[in-house]
Amino acid sequence: MRSVRALAAAAALSLLAFSTTTFAGEPKQGGILRMYHRDSPANASILEGATYSVNVPFMGVFNNLVIYDQHIAQNSPDTLRPELAESWSWGSDNKRLTFKLRQGVKWHDGKPFTSADVKCTFDLLMGKSQQKLRQNPRKAWYSDVDDVTPNGDFEVSFNLKRPQPSLLAMLASGYTPIYPCHVSPADMRTHPIGTGPYKFVEFKANESIKLTRNPDYWKKDLPYLDGIEYTIIPNRSTAILAFVAGKFDMTFPTHITIPLLKDIKSQAPNAVCVVEPTNVSTNIIVNSTSAPFDNIDIRRAMSLALDRKAFVDILFEGQADIGGTMLPPPQGIWGMPKDKLQTIPGYGPDVNANREEAKKLMQKAGYGPDKHLAVKVSTRNLAEYRDPAVILIDQLKSIYIDGELDVVETANWFPKVARKDYMLGLNLTGNSVDDPDQSFYENYSCGSERNYTNYCNKEIEKLFDLQSQEIDIGKRKQLVWDIDQKLQEDVARPIIFHARAGTCWQPYVKGVTIMSNSSYNGFRYEDVWLDK
Amino acid sequence: MFAYLVRRLFLMLVTLFGISVVIFFLLRIVPGNIVDILFAAAGYVDPADKVDLEKQLGIDQPLVVQYLHWIGGLLRGDLGYSYVSEKPALQEILPRIPITARLAGLALLFSASIGIPLGVISAVKQGSRIDYALRVLSLSGLSLPSFWLGLLVLTASVAMFGQMPIFNPNPQSFAEAFATYCIPAMVVGFRSSALTMRITRSSMLEVLRQDYIRTARAKGASDAAVNYHHALKNAILPVITVIGIEAAFLIGGLIVTETVFNIPGVARFLVEAIRWRDYPIVQNLVMFIAVVVVFANFTVDMLYAVFDPRIRYTD
Repeated sequence: MRSVRALAAAAALSLLAFSTTTFAGEPKQGGILRMYHRDSPANASILEGATYSVNVPFMGVFNNLVIYDQHIAQNSPDTLRPELAESWSWGSDNKRLTFKLRQGVKWHDGKPFTSADVKCTFDLLMGKSQQKLRQNPRKAWYSDVDDVTPNGDFEVSFNLKRPQPSLLAMLASGYTPIYPCHVSPADMRTHPIGTGPYKFVEFKANESIKLTRNPDYWKKDLPYLDGIEYTIIPNRSTAILAFVAGKFDMTFPTHITIPLLKDIKSQAPNAVCVVEPTNVSTNIIVNSTSAPFDNIDIRRAMSLALDRKAFVDILFEGQADIGGTMLPPPQGIWGMPKDKLQTIPGYGPDVNANREEAKKLMQKAGYGPDKHLAVKVSTRNLAEYRDPAVILIDQLKSIYIDGELDVVETANWFPKVARKDYMLGLNLTGNSVDDPDQSFYENYSCGSERNYTNYCNKEIEKLFDLQSQEIDIGKRKQLVWDIDQKLQEDVARPIIFHARAGTCWQPYVKGVTIMSNSSYNGFRYEDVWLDK
Repeated sequence: MFAYLVRRLFLMLVTLFGISVVIFFLLRIVPGNIVDILFAAAGYVDPADKVDLEKQLGIDQPLVVQYLHWIGGLLRGDLGYSYVSEKPALQEILPRIPITARLAGLALLFSASIGIPLGVISAVKQGSRIDYALRVLSLSGLSLPSFWLGLLVLTASVAMFGQMPIFNPNPQSFAEAFATYCIPAMVVGFRSSALTMRITRSSMLEVLRQDYIRTARAKGASDAAVNYHHALKNAILPVITVIGIEAAFLIGGLIVTETVFNIPGVARFLVEAIRWRDYPIVQNLVMFIAVVVVFANFTVDMLYAVFDPRIRYTD
């Protein structure tokens, strides 16, 4: 009997403890989340934006058809969740993707959401509608979509030219919100209307962005916050000091460099800080259309001379990743495994041996201790470009290449690169979706606008299509690794490193997850709450 | 006097016309335009899309047509639309002017109210410890860049008080209002006050050696009367000139101070507009600054006559 009583008492105690824990972790309604914003975005239209400066504040205004789970750091095909679509299914030939849409959803101005809005959005993105986006940076994402057809008010089908399982990944990106048919693209730039958890209040350029809770949000009891306010503070020192002083609940996501993170931790020891890859690679673009880099030996020598670990140690205190085109594992889904990576010339651990080989290639091309090759290393006039460019110049010295830094203003950088007015450039490439289709077609496909080096290999191009149509993820991974290896061996665009950056928030901010393989997809913030 | 005023006003109009031409064409000489920047941010260059957007914004037209369009609008009070925000330029600029005006006014006030008395004290106490201390202070004011001083003030206030004096559009208390305007104004006015102090000191030293000062002392005038009534009145002209010039240069100091203290004023807005090559905003803002500078010079010239009765503007 006594043991039964003891058991009952223990059970009651543990129940009490459990209920207390549950209560302590129970989300609370209310409060305004205060964040600083790193700069003033050009406008509020995500479809026209090409920087996460737009996604971060405005993703909460919208919904997608599907979205990556906002509480799983790694975006993957397994973490796709329905949003405005309740479900989806592929046709038997994998060329028709049909979404059943959620009913009863309203735009912030009270009008009902229907399949017509989905069609309008994708017609805009594909350049098929009467109204045009002022700029349309992701038109190429939908080049495989033939058309989008509504089947009644709450079903819509994407008809593809060929199977493309990755289409779902693009649709889940923070860059693919659904826009209302009845609001013009111009109005969406200044006063966006969405179906999302937060309503747009105001955007004062260089000053602030304010969102307020959408009381009619289709997800019951969400969002928890009454609103989000972003104060635009371009000066990083001021912004960080303001966070330390408690003026802000959270820093701008992935805005803190590794050295600055240490400052924050020392000045605000209670702050919660995480460091994650940004899926932005720092790479070398080589103008292979003219001398001297039309010589593959010189390109290979340059690639062999890279001491990637030194870049990572100097710039990130060891906290960055070395990989190929795709973000390396474990955070990256498609990156080559380490053992495969190390078989690629220049990726082996013995830097001196690599450089000896590089010197031989340079000598074969006619250069040596008495005859150095003089090159201009062009880069954008931003610290994240300039700093690695300086290290690159230093490393190239070891193989008889004398680099001279050519700093180019932002406004002139892409036009200069596009007209091939450079010899060697240091560039950053951001991937908004951790998916090979986005990366390969955009950066390495023959004729692509962002294929700055004009690398064109018809054999590889066939492999791009092959992997893109592959349904089996395991088989697709093998194909992607082979392609990535070939791209590195061809010195198409040597990847130096994949960056990491930090985000901090005050301990009372709950429900924030920083994505670990994309900087563009995790800002819906519908279930973020303040434990105050 | 009337003819002088008319002549000055005519010259001011000519100056402003010249400035408008220089601003307009200098902006176009700078490589890249808003379309380049928007497309650069997107990381792609589609020639057809670029041409479309240039057409929409009117920057495909000949420069003379663009200039006449701008200046015609300006004369009608139509400043055009911001390329970036797509809002009327006037709507973007107007709310920012009072913020910067308050800051600049307070900075000038700080500069004059600190610089002039300290300059007088330094001159009167020439060679004393207080003179040396004030000279060191003025040297530090001239040597410290305002952005550095601003960051120092912010860091110190966070470290010492756990507070951050950054801009609050609706201050609820005197302390907040003080933090919003007075601290940044002191930071930007510190350099200016140092200059004012040095000029006042050297000008005063020259005047204090004049015979009439000795005569005034011999007649039994008090130190205060000699220093402030007889000497300062005659020493003030170069100081007024410097304050006038400083008013024009203040905008440079305000750019960094507004950035460091995150104040949404005209100066920081101008920098952002230049970064985006937002021509309507930059042109109109620089014209506005030019008008302020031209009128500040005019006011200084008029003040000469007020402070020195020997100066008369005649026909």
